[in-house]
Amino acid sequence: MEKTMKNIFWLCAGLTVMCILFIGGFILIKGIPFFSHTNLIEFLFGQHWMPSGEIFGIYPMLVASFYATLGSITVGIIIGISTAIVITQILPTRLADMCSKTIDLLAGIPSIIYGFFGLMVIVPILEKHFGGKGGGLSLLAVIIILSFMILPTIIRMTEVSLRAVPNEFKEGAYALGATRLQYIFKVQLKAAKSGILAGIILAIGRALGETMAVMLVAGNTPLIPSSIIDPVRTITANIAMEMAYAAGVHQQALFATGLILFVIIISINICMQLLIKKLERR
Amino acid sequence: MMKTKLLLGLFLATITGTMLIGCGSAESGTTIKVVGSTTVAAPMEKLDEAYSLIQPDINIEVQGVGSSAGVKAAGDGTADIGMASREIKESEKELGLNEIVIAKDAIAVVTHPANTVKNLTKEQVKDIFEGTITNWSEVGGADKDIIVICREDGSGTRSAFEEIIGLEKDFNGKTVSSVVPTAVIQEGNGAVKATVASKESGIGFVSLGYIDDTVSPLNINGVEPSVTNTLAGDYTISRPLLILTKGEESAELQEFIEFILGEQGQEIISENYIPVK
Repeated sequence: MEKTMKNIFWLCAGLTVMCILFIGGFILIKGIPFFSHTNLIEFLFGQHWMPSGEIFGIYPMLVASFYATLGSITVGIIIGISTAIVITQILPTRLADMCSKTIDLLAGIPSIIYGFFGLMVIVPILEKHFGGKGGGLSLLAVIIILSFMILPTIIRMTEVSLRAVPNEFKEGAYALGATRLQYIFKVQLKAAKSGILAGIILAIGRALGETMAVMLVAGNTPLIPSSIIDPVRTITANIAMEMAYAAGVHQQALFATGLILFVIIISINICMQLLIKKLERR
Repeated sequence: MMKTKLLLGLFLATITGTMLIGCGSAESGTTIKVVGSTTVAAPMEKLDEAYSLIQPDINIEVQGVGSSAGVKAAGDGTADIGMASREIKESEKELGLNEIVIAKDAIAVVTHPANTVKNLTKEQVKDIFEGTITNWSEVGGADKDIIVICREDGSGTRSAFEEIIGLEKDFNGKTVSSVVPTAVIQEGNGAVKATVASKESGIGFVSLGYIDDTVSPLNINGVEPSVTNTLAGDYTISRPLLILTKGEESAELQEFIEFILGEQGQEIISENYIPVK
């Protein structure tokens, strides 16, 4: 009996791994043939995305995704880590608890709702104050929406790692004459850094991979943005938007876009894992 | 021991059961598979509903996946009927499909209701979408920069619009769409309509069936986009809705097509599109 159950569990674990292999394999098989049409360098650094003329260059979208992720992660880290510090160290327990629950709620909101909120509330505000080529549909709108979306991840992970720092550290720091702020910034945050970094990786993954909400507020213009209020198209939005009707080379190009996205996310994950390991070893 | 075996059995049964559900159950009667343009799929689903009352034995499966995929599916036989919301391209002619026009659709150029411009010529529409005209004052409106809102590449409505207006240019020896690159791109008729409705200086295009009070349709060369004007041939931004079959049609298929082109079928189509008969 035990052996059978063990096998079943193995089977279940195997299924999960198989899923990843299948998805990876599927994208590879569908995307690779495209590179006989356009070579990798032209595809990555091509400035024009014109499926009607079978000209495929995703450089503008790579740039847009990079800016959007960088922007939202910066905002997310600043606000998120500060919030986590306030929740764990400064607020009285009951208030902190309420705050914590609200943030959980924020994590549960479906992305399309964020997108809709962005389209109906944030975009008109941006249009009124900045105008811009897309009338508020812009890189800035994307960054704002993504910041909202990744906040819960960063706050939760930071909160958990801050709480995991042993109390002895605190006592030790105070005994050495550290003030509360000195303890938080010089001892606690440093001790919790690997957990916080893990949170940031998750957040980067989410920001880079988010599609629906971004598509609604980005304006989806496949051009390199020259300012933060220009409309942009991210890699994910490119795939989601055009897949429905694409055929032939165009479809292959979208799969190849997916392949690039897959590679980028895997590389980020690997780099960050290595970084965390290095930090933990110290 | 007995109990654990029973549990194990249940566990496996659940797994196989779940897998089988995905495969779907076989229904009795003939199945007609209709695949293609989402524009045609909408009325096709209503046609299917009405037809199932007349011929309950015939099972019609409608999949809206886009015109190009519809043409392909009809060509390689994965679908009994293909649907397309545009003219068949030269490269697709060699598939040897029978084309049947079941309706006509007009594309309306829409602006925000507050916009004072109510009429444009086809040339002005072209210039606006190409980015040569960038301010509403150039066409008699307020001094505001125009925000061009366009459908995504591959959309049937977009390619029909580009073809009719002549939005094509030469780029490094290839024919590409000449819609201004800074145009905002939205996916789907609904999203374009919503974006135009929320931007006072926006201009976009949607299928005639999508027009409501949130946007204001422009007259083109002085002709209002309407059913009568499209059928009379006065309103020129229009396209055919096609169904495609390959080779000899079976009796069931012929009957269904006759139903679409018949009185009842055309009446259903007329709810959103322009019937041909």
